[in-house]
Amino acid sequence: MNQPIIKISSDTSLAIEFGSEISYEINSKIRAFDKALAAEQIEGIVETVPTYCSLTIHYEPELIRYKELREKLETLLAGSYEGQSGPAAVIEIPVLYGGEFGPDLEHVAEHNSLTPKQVIELHSGGEYLVYMLGFTPGFSYLGGMDERLATPRLKTPRVLIPGGSVGIAGAQTGIYPMDSPGGWQLIGRTPVKLYDPRREQPILLDAGEYIKFRAIDQAEYDRILAQAEAGTYQCKVTLREEK
Amino acid sequence: MGIIVKNGGFQTTVQDFGRPGYQRYGMAMSGAVDRNAYKMSNILVGNNVYEAVLEAEMMGPVLEFTTETVIAVTGADMSPKINNQPIDNYRAVRVQPGDKLSFGHLKSGCRAYIAFNGGLDIKKVLGSRATYTKAHLGGLEGRKLKAGDTLEFRLPFSVPNNLEKRFVEPVVYESDITVRVLLGPQEEKFTAKGIETFLSETYTVSPQFDRMGCRLDGPVIETVTDSNIISDGIAFGAIQVPDSGMPIIMLSDRQTTGGYAKIGSVINADIPKIAQAKAGDRIRFVLTDIETAQDAFCARRQANHEQRLKFDTLIPGNRIREFNVRIGDEEYRAMIEEL
Repeated sequence: MNQPIIKISSDTSLAIEFGSEISYEINSKIRAFDKALAAEQIEGIVETVPTYCSLTIHYEPELIRYKELREKLETLLAGSYEGQSGPAAVIEIPVLYGGEFGPDLEHVAEHNSLTPKQVIELHSGGEYLVYMLGFTPGFSYLGGMDERLATPRLKTPRVLIPGGSVGIAGAQTGIYPMDSPGGWQLIGRTPVKLYDPRREQPILLDAGEYIKFRAIDQAEYDRILAQAEAGTYQCKVTLREEK
Repeated sequence: MGIIVKNGGFQTTVQDFGRPGYQRYGMAMSGAVDRNAYKMSNILVGNNVYEAVLEAEMMGPVLEFTTETVIAVTGADMSPKINNQPIDNYRAVRVQPGDKLSFGHLKSGCRAYIAFNGGLDIKKVLGSRATYTKAHLGGLEGRKLKAGDTLEFRLPFSVPNNLEKRFVEPVVYESDITVRVLLGPQEEKFTAKGIETFLSETYTVSPQFDRMGCRLDGPVIETVTDSNIISDGIAFGAIQVPDSGMPIIMLSDRQTTGGYAKIGSVINADIPKIAQAKAGDRIRFVLTDIETAQDAFCARRQANHEQRLKFDTLIPGNRIREFNVRIGDEEYRAMIEEL
């Protein structure tokens, strides 16, 4: 892998590029560096945004100038920051597949010569890495979908997709955190709130965590929804050892 | 009580410094687009610079006051009036219960800021009162103001020192502007000709401009192959060039990450010019360097600080000691001056 490159992205931010492809190795390196950087508590850094292959650092030039920050980052990058990640959390997301909530489940099945039941089994069978969050509050870019489920986006996007909808777009799967327009093939919906401002941690997921979908029925959906609305629902979390 | 909204104007929202710290979760920064005018409005009325104000776009609201306060209107000149009598932009004005603030013709700029002594009493969401309409959060129910809304002030009214001297020379916003830019982080996605076009041609603000971005029309900026990148973070002022070749300057409500190459960024000291640009205004980009940009950034902060001390000192030349006191998640400003 090439050496990370530090680039100016504005007079109050810079980007460290760790690579130029979507890969588990590059992404985990970014997370490890992000953790190491947070531990340094460099004055002037406002926040960091980890993405697929880069880390954007927003900072206050009044407190730290570009040159000084760059030097600190270079020192840190030259050190051994990798391999400190430890086990990753796997968060279980209950999903009611098909029916009213998954209007495109049949289409996804047909497109891939599968039965709807097989689609559900494949989709809820794997663990998905949260590579990054972006686009809208709480939207997770997930990796690891079985390629037998890949389905192109809708030709005409829907005007309103309810928050919690679980969909497929090309080789990706994802969850809409809030009501928004979109062109994903909808296969189900989760009653869990990915974004809830009442929670101490308003956004449920974080980069580097995994999610696992579990198929539920309408009765369980209703039960979890009531708890989620009341703010009492806790997702089941397990740990997985990282490579 | 404090204010009754009689008319919401075109797009009036509660804004403050924004919502840093949550971009890694996909939460937009939000906050005032013109940080200069925003801060100055708070300085004029004697507030902490981070207090929530109203940001009005293109056409101002009509507000009736139900309590006494001091207000200041900064940014775009929308011909502000109290009880139909013109008042100055960039001047602290004392208002009484029953007084009505309204606006007329838009003379210059695009976004006006209205600050109130004591700030607006709005519940913080993720550390900020800023409205983010796309996610329906912050501000007043996550939306723009409409007739019938009421707003209250956060702190009790206190007449700021030197009230009659609280004014500054209004900024005049031109329709032809030049802004300084830095290249990157993806300038290699563009041909030498593309970068040349970007730095030498004039771009026009398209009618599709909003708090998310200032979309421009003009000569196509040529890419080497295409404009797609693997999604990465987006800075305030970043200049994204999608496949159309037309640049978009990313502002307060920008998405936190995006998949279009960014040829460069407008430096923070010049973003207020973009914040005040409206459809049809012309923009040119001129290259600068990071040291100059950060010098300008720090100089602006320093100037704001000095302006504040000048207003607050009771005896000219006297030294004020200033403290930011944090109680819960609120900051209060305390000043000590020896008399």
